[in-house]
Amino acid sequence: MAEFKLPKNSRYRDGKVWPKPVDGKRLQEFRIYRWNPDDAENPRIDTYWVDREDCGPMVLDALIWIKNKVDPTLTFRRSCREGICGSCAMNIQGQNTIACTRGIDECGSGAVKIYPLPHMPVLKDLVPDLTQFFAQHASVEPWLQTQTPAPEHEWRQTPEDRVELDGLYECILCACCTTACPSYWWNGDRFLGPAALLHAYRWLADSRDEMTGERLDKLEDPFKLYRCHTIMNCANACPKGLNPAKAIAEVKKMMVTRHV
Amino acid sequence: MANDTSPAADGAAPKTNGAAYPVTDHTFDVVVVGAGGAGLRATVGCSQAGLRTACVTKVFPTRSHTVAAQGGISAALGNMGEDDWRWHMYDTVKGSDWLGDQDAIEYLCRHAPAAVYELEHWGVPFSRTEAGKIYQRPFGGMTTRFGEGTAQRTCAAADRTGHAILHTLYGAALKNDTNFFIEYFAIDLIMDEEGRCRGIVALDMTTGTIHRFRAQMVILATGGYGRAYFSATSAHTCTGDGNAMVLRAGLPLQDMEFVQFHPTGIYGAGCLITEGARGEGGYLTNSEGERFMERYAPSAKDLASRDVVSRAMTMEIRGGRGVGKEGDHIHLHLDHLDPKILHERLPGISESAKIFAGVDVTKEPIPVLPTVHYNMGGIPTNFYGEVLTKKNGDPDSVVPGLMAIGEAACVSVHGANRLGSNSLIDLVVFGRAAGLRCAEIVKPGESQAPLPAGSADKALARLDRFRNANGTTPTADLRLQMQKTMQNNCAVFRTGDVLNEGKTLIHEVWGGIADVSTKDRSLIFNTDLIETLEFDNLITQAVVTMESAANRTESRGAHAREDFPDRDDKEWMKHTLAWCDEGAGQVSIDYRPVHTYTLSNEIEYIAPKARVY
Repeated sequence: MAEFKLPKNSRYRDGKVWPKPVDGKRLQEFRIYRWNPDDAENPRIDTYWVDREDCGPMVLDALIWIKNKVDPTLTFRRSCREGICGSCAMNIQGQNTIACTRGIDECGSGAVKIYPLPHMPVLKDLVPDLTQFFAQHASVEPWLQTQTPAPEHEWRQTPEDRVELDGLYECILCACCTTACPSYWWNGDRFLGPAALLHAYRWLADSRDEMTGERLDKLEDPFKLYRCHTIMNCANACPKGLNPAKAIAEVKKMMVTRHV
Repeated sequence: MANDTSPAADGAAPKTNGAAYPVTDHTFDVVVVGAGGAGLRATVGCSQAGLRTACVTKVFPTRSHTVAAQGGISAALGNMGEDDWRWHMYDTVKGSDWLGDQDAIEYLCRHAPAAVYELEHWGVPFSRTEAGKIYQRPFGGMTTRFGEGTAQRTCAAADRTGHAILHTLYGAALKNDTNFFIEYFAIDLIMDEEGRCRGIVALDMTTGTIHRFRAQMVILATGGYGRAYFSATSAHTCTGDGNAMVLRAGLPLQDMEFVQFHPTGIYGAGCLITEGARGEGGYLTNSEGERFMERYAPSAKDLASRDVVSRAMTMEIRGGRGVGKEGDHIHLHLDHLDPKILHERLPGISESAKIFAGVDVTKEPIPVLPTVHYNMGGIPTNFYGEVLTKKNGDPDSVVPGLMAIGEAACVSVHGANRLGSNSLIDLVVFGRAAGLRCAEIVKPGESQAPLPAGSADKALARLDRFRNANGTTPTADLRLQMQKTMQNNCAVFRTGDVLNEGKTLIHEVWGGIADVSTKDRSLIFNTDLIETLEFDNLITQAVVTMESAANRTESRGAHAREDFPDRDDKEWMKHTLAWCDEGAGQVSIDYRPVHTYTLSNEIEYIAPKARVY
């Protein structure tokens, strides 16, 4: 049987156990992935305790509490803290999500385990390198394309046509879905992944866009689109409740029907 | 990503603490700092004008705080009933409590419809009317016929308008092959002896390398500094870095005492609930279940302007009529609205209320509290986006090579109080204006003189100092002291005593930076260092804000003095300018006159009168 193991330099070890807060009333344990690009060491898992009486309800609150009060070197991205900017995507208790909307209470009993988004190069601690992810998003040409001369005012779009964009335009590019996809783990260099394909469909579904054929041509490729095997991890992971797998299915349907 | 490198203009890399920081040099026609709504719109404009343009941003563009704008973008399209840009202008002037410059306000309101149509053509998924036009909702302070009726002027993409606009602008920037420098933290401006801005110095956070950008024009689009306060709707990254760079360059900031408190931040979490919630029929109640806004603003009620509603809420809480165990907040009701409408027009805040307040908006009210939201003050500019200073008696002296747009700028179109949905339109109208101005005055590819000797030294010394800061006070402690001081001493209601105490306290915090401690010595993604640089940026803005507030002895818009409850047009219809001398730890204050004229003869100057809603 094949044995799957992380490469030698990616295997993590037990890291530092940071002191429990003095006078902490309600302690919660966090086990957090650390990796520093400046030393030649392997990644490690540090243990921290957070006093929940002194900390907000979300996992991001706990990370900020640790950074402010225990260990200023702990590194992660964050910005809006309300689930709209997509910065703080990470793997919490085995699931990709954004830390700002994931309640500590939702993490079950025992230590809360936090890792960077899986299968991406790590820049430091919980910060993944998303260069390829963003390049794939850009590759679907995420802007309105028309040939008819633009009207003086707005393009008209009925409320019914506009509804077709719901569940698509709300994507925050956090990369939770794409980095949860096993097919993307295998073929991430050539398969566009769920987020980029959701965006591809967002423009295909827009009644104002006039380049449907060209957009489909660009996706007609054994890898870009067809490596989706409907595993559905994407829909499971999306912190905004979107369903990239369904969007991908719609693109596949458009591919089939245009040949009929 | 373009990497237009040339040898260091002044020879070898500067040395600090004995360790060299290698510097990579770039030359562009225009460098835009910031990739929110204003920065991206300006970047696209400059690119389209054939200028070699770089966009330098500390976060990936779609992470910028424009993404969090909810309710909409104002423009007199007239899709939902009669409208006219002149009525929009009247509302904006009245909202500004007559501190806005009326030439700039005319520019904003006249060009608003074209700017919104342009966004729609680029792909923004606006909500629609039955006729297929852009849907528009009522918003606070927006009226028809110079205050007579309620206008539906705020164009919306459900309650995710900022998200829809920012992602579309990012797409437009991709379409125009923008040279992005993403996760580059701008440290400082490069100014020459004549006072011209020549470029910027930035740290590439992902590689830990220093980059010097030389440009004919630098456009600051770095946003507001809401994080100077303890409770803000602003993102963690809203630290006003451009404002602070301007102060360090010896230039003034304008009207910094005007800080907007949004009436409806979620109690505790501080997350925003859009004014559009009230636009769609929501209302506020106190502990007696009373719709108290009817007492404070008999005509506009819950849709009075934000300063008025925030003050009314604070009065209710102080009067012992707050809700909750501590009686320290107010209820926002949406539970009477059709769940279908909530689902269609307010899905985002329904989700936020559930996550951050545990409230089902179809059944229960949302606990809310006035929360710091927007900075009317910032870098003084004219309506072209050019940065101004007062020099040799000229209050409109242009600083060559430097522009500012968006929340970082003070054009001033918002004066003493911004109307809801006037911020997104400010971003795109003046982002576009900056692009047009650059097309006019910047020549593509023109050769640029070498940078002054040691042009990166000051920036690197600052970086190096904080990177190796060996004191005893963690950045987080200093930041918390600053935020608590601003929250306690420079809030919705202000008095001379409280502000003077605030001045002493905030100067103490500022002095504390000499003892700051950082632990991370790395250069790669050193967020300990970045947060310290951001704190250093915030604290000077906090000091300037407190001093400007203590100095203005009148009440106007968001600046409400209990010891000076009335507006004083005779003495105070003027912009505050505040300079900050970091070495001496001192702020000096001067003034600019408000522009009491319009741009064209299509509308007359709107003379001051009592502001009643």
